[in-house]
Amino acid sequence: MSFFNLQPDEWQALLLTLRVAAAALAVSLPLAILVAYVLARYRFPGHGVVNALVHLPLVLPPVVTGYVLLLTFGRKGPVGAFLDDVFGISFAFNWTGAALAAGVMAFPLIVRPIRLSFEAVDPKLEEAAKSLGAHRLVSFLTVTLPLALPGILGGAILGFAKAMGEFGATITFVSNIPGETRTLALALYTATQTPSGDLAAFRLTLIAAFVAFAALIASELLARRLKIRLGGDIA
Amino acid sequence: MLDVDISGKVGEMDFQARFESESGVTSLFGQSGAGKTTLTNMIAGLVRPASGRISLGGTVLFDSAKGTNLPVQQRRIGHVFQDARLFPHLSVKSNLTYARWAGRRSGDRNFTEVVELLGLDTLLQRKPATLSGGEKQRVAIGRALLSDPRLLIMDEPLASLDQARRNDILPYLDRLCVDAGIPILYVSHSIEEVARLSNTLVILSDGRTPAFGPVAEMLTRTDLGRATGRHEAGALVHGKVTEVDENWGLTFVDIGGAVLQIPDLAARRGDTVRLRIRARDVALASEPPKGLSIRNAFPAQITSISEETGPYAEILCALEEQTIRARITRASVADLELAVGKEVTVLVKSVAIDRRQRNLV
Repeated sequence: MSFFNLQPDEWQALLLTLRVAAAALAVSLPLAILVAYVLARYRFPGHGVVNALVHLPLVLPPVVTGYVLLLTFGRKGPVGAFLDDVFGISFAFNWTGAALAAGVMAFPLIVRPIRLSFEAVDPKLEEAAKSLGAHRLVSFLTVTLPLALPGILGGAILGFAKAMGEFGATITFVSNIPGETRTLALALYTATQTPSGDLAAFRLTLIAAFVAFAALIASELLARRLKIRLGGDIA
Repeated sequence: MLDVDISGKVGEMDFQARFESESGVTSLFGQSGAGKTTLTNMIAGLVRPASGRISLGGTVLFDSAKGTNLPVQQRRIGHVFQDARLFPHLSVKSNLTYARWAGRRSGDRNFTEVVELLGLDTLLQRKPATLSGGEKQRVAIGRALLSDPRLLIMDEPLASLDQARRNDILPYLDRLCVDAGIPILYVSHSIEEVARLSNTLVILSDGRTPAFGPVAEMLTRTDLGRATGRHEAGALVHGKVTEVDENWGLTFVDIGGAVLQIPDLAARRGDTVRLRIRARDVALASEPPKGLSIRNAFPAQITSISEETGPYAEILCALEEQTIRARITRASVADLELAVGKEVTVLVKSVAIDRRQRNLV
């Protein structure tokens, strides 16, 4: 058996991780864009509170975030029970729960670069768009969003990488179920707890390192492009 | 047409502005910090006035008494900003057509015509970052024109350009002011631009509008010296080209009561021209002098002498229908015993032909 041949359960963990991260990103990215825009463009009472709430998962112990999710979205939690009764959606011990945990943990990392790139777009360009007849949403979609795109892609990549590696909140919220919630990070943890798991742990480590490295390079390249694009013409 | 009457504090400035303008070019003139940009932003809908009323044609744009405040995108005012504000990620062509595809404005103004009017045909595929300052402003003007505006606001479109770029763009502005077919509000702190381009002049000083009216009349008002700036103050004079002397390179213009010789061949015989004579280029003599290099000397009658305490006095002289403005020292006024009603000889050192007005009656 070659070192590089992944075991079926390792494949399963990798594919599950990609699915969880993709789902987490699909839900949190649009919300992150909205929150980042509001934080970048508007000053309102409670601005600081919203900003702190967004960044909370970054500074809280992940176990705490996972526990709060369990209390809220678990089968007996107020939101979880409601969603289960009305829509039949359950997060508990489910891959969607892993995606929720990953999305919440990745959220601050997605919001931050997007907010910075919105702040880099001159609001005077939106005024110009409005004077040409474009309504608020249209001017956002045709001027602000395209100009912030490199930052949005950067935030998405960072968030995707974070979602792939999420551990603490996931294991607390949805446990470590093979094929359902056992992502790469959880599989790696399991391998280190198994007497003969050294080789598997090493392979999983390499996969995780490769994914993280690729994400950081990509985000760096996009950040550079953003700089060129916005620095090229201010007037 | 445009009817503005607003008051109250906006930011640090206490506004008390009232003016009306008809079609053609209205210049909003004032020194830096007079509140010109804020006032135009109120008209455009980007800044909310404390109170008052703004209407354009039959449409009320703002009325604090009735709570009317039409949003920017519904005002249909083409706004050319001082800093152009082109969309950096879009090509020149997409910038120009932005109002059509993003603002759902159509209008009957032809894209090709605007591109031709502003000389943009070679720039269409380029990105704004690769354009010069003058080119950016031309694109910004084109973009505003293609938004089907009822009024075109130009907020110091030349302010950020050096003299060479200004000279590039001024001929386009000349054509635009004649051909646009919509009223233009032109904001400037340069009396030269204002005299060249506008029909109506609104003076703005510290958020207040001490006077507005036809440009020729406003420029000869000596009571507005401080607001219009002394150095460039002068009179606008109309005349008809009677002869063009290619031999000496002189154009002869009959201004009614005198024929001026102008060292310029820009006009054709029979053209009606608008001339600007700066007050500091005019000297007065109590009797016709001899042996002088100045070619333009003619008799006129003093109609007013400004009462001031500084070293200079502003003198208005009538020449049939027209008025010439002179700026001489108060000491000379005393020496020559100048007084209202007295006949003097007016000596004009230099005259600028205002090209745009060449063919206007």
